[in-house]
Amino acid sequence: MIMEVLIPSSAEEICELLSQDNSRQLLAGGTDFMVEVNYRHRSPSSVIAIDRVPELRNWHHDGDSVVIGSCVTYREIERGPLATLVPALAQAARTVGSPQIRNAGTIGGNIGTASPAGDMIPVLSALGAEVSLRSSEGKREISLDDLIVGVKQTSLGQGEFIESVRVPVLESPQEFLKVGSRSAMVISVTSLALITYPKTQSVGIGLGAVNPRPTRARQAEEFIKDFLNWESMQVDPSGLDHFKELVSEASRPIDDHRSVAAYRRHSIGVLAQRALTRIFSERSPSG
Amino acid sequence: MAKVTQDHLNVNGTKFTIDDSWLGESLLYTLRERLGLYGSKNACEQGECGSCSIMLDETLVCACLVLTGSAIGRDIKTIESLAPEGSLSVIQQAFVDAGAIQCGFCTPGLLVTIEDFLDDNAEPTELEIREAISGNLCRCTGYGRIVEAVRIASKASTDMEGAADDGN
Repeated sequence: MIMEVLIPSSAEEICELLSQDNSRQLLAGGTDFMVEVNYRHRSPSSVIAIDRVPELRNWHHDGDSVVIGSCVTYREIERGPLATLVPALAQAARTVGSPQIRNAGTIGGNIGTASPAGDMIPVLSALGAEVSLRSSEGKREISLDDLIVGVKQTSLGQGEFIESVRVPVLESPQEFLKVGSRSAMVISVTSLALITYPKTQSVGIGLGAVNPRPTRARQAEEFIKDFLNWESMQVDPSGLDHFKELVSEASRPIDDHRSVAAYRRHSIGVLAQRALTRIFSERSPSG
Repeated sequence: MAKVTQDHLNVNGTKFTIDDSWLGESLLYTLRERLGLYGSKNACEQGECGSCSIMLDETLVCACLVLTGSAIGRDIKTIESLAPEGSLSVIQQAFVDAGAIQCGFCTPGLLVTIEDFLDDNAEPTELEIREAISGNLCRCTGYGRIVEAVRIASKASTDMEGAADDGN
């Protein structure tokens, strides 16, 4: 039974509260946490409600990157300046739940919950996001891919919490696509983010809901390089079938109540091709 | 910063003293079972159905996903605050006129959602309306008449504003 609720007003105070007792549970938007409380799956004795801490509620544009506080909501990501700076993250945020859920749920909560179906995860992975962690011992940065180590498992240390996440501002095309049984209020069957990196003439592909932890389709990223024309923004379609296969091969999906593994493996490839051809129009080298 | 103890909830402009033992409940449970505000409905308890939609610090959320202890010091508005006792708001009247109510269970959540939505977007398109109510499940009327009610409310509100402007 929840016996106490603590409401800190700064990140420093969160550190203090956790160093006194690291079994205290952090509560941000509540969209995952409260379901577990309501269904009696979780019953911590002490809760720290962090969603009013100003440092965690803000984001700022810092040179070539954006630093987003862990308690910034999907709603704030899906529109306004953040949507222009990191469009794929905004697309993903807009597919989360409903307006009510997006008003409450936070990016830090999505990372901390570490569900394979978390919609921020493939985008952050494809962007090479760095997560800033904090505790009374100090701060450290870790890549998202190293922070999430398994299904709903992170490498967060004792007394450590997610302060913010840093992603690059690329000013080039990005796509997020998701398969679900309908357009709203749905948890991903599969999802995928494709980020273009014009400087290195490469793409980053993050896979969602098909692996226990964040996964990039590295072989597909490498393979498709030779088929892309960055001047005309065209793709040689002869590379698409194998590209799709390589993306599917990078997935290790499971059968569950939302889908069977075979459909997940198939659809993740389809999403990759669709995302790629939305950005690069199909044209043969001779044509 | 303080441990939340023996405190108050601000609901619809009224301060309610709450007991320590309620802090770990969902706000929906506290509103209904402790404070007797039965307008917000309890159905899924996981944020899927929207029947418990309320305004928390002017933000639309599901009361079932708010921990009561974390709502201390915040401004809570429920369906009960939509119109004075015995009268109907523009949106409530539009629901009656459009026949957008059958069993009525989803209605309070929809009304709170639409009130908030029209505040932001006075003349929405049908697609915008459908997206705005995507977190409110209705299992009997169907959404056609609900969408129609939003259109009627939107028109009634903009007509009223027009009339007010003419008067100036």
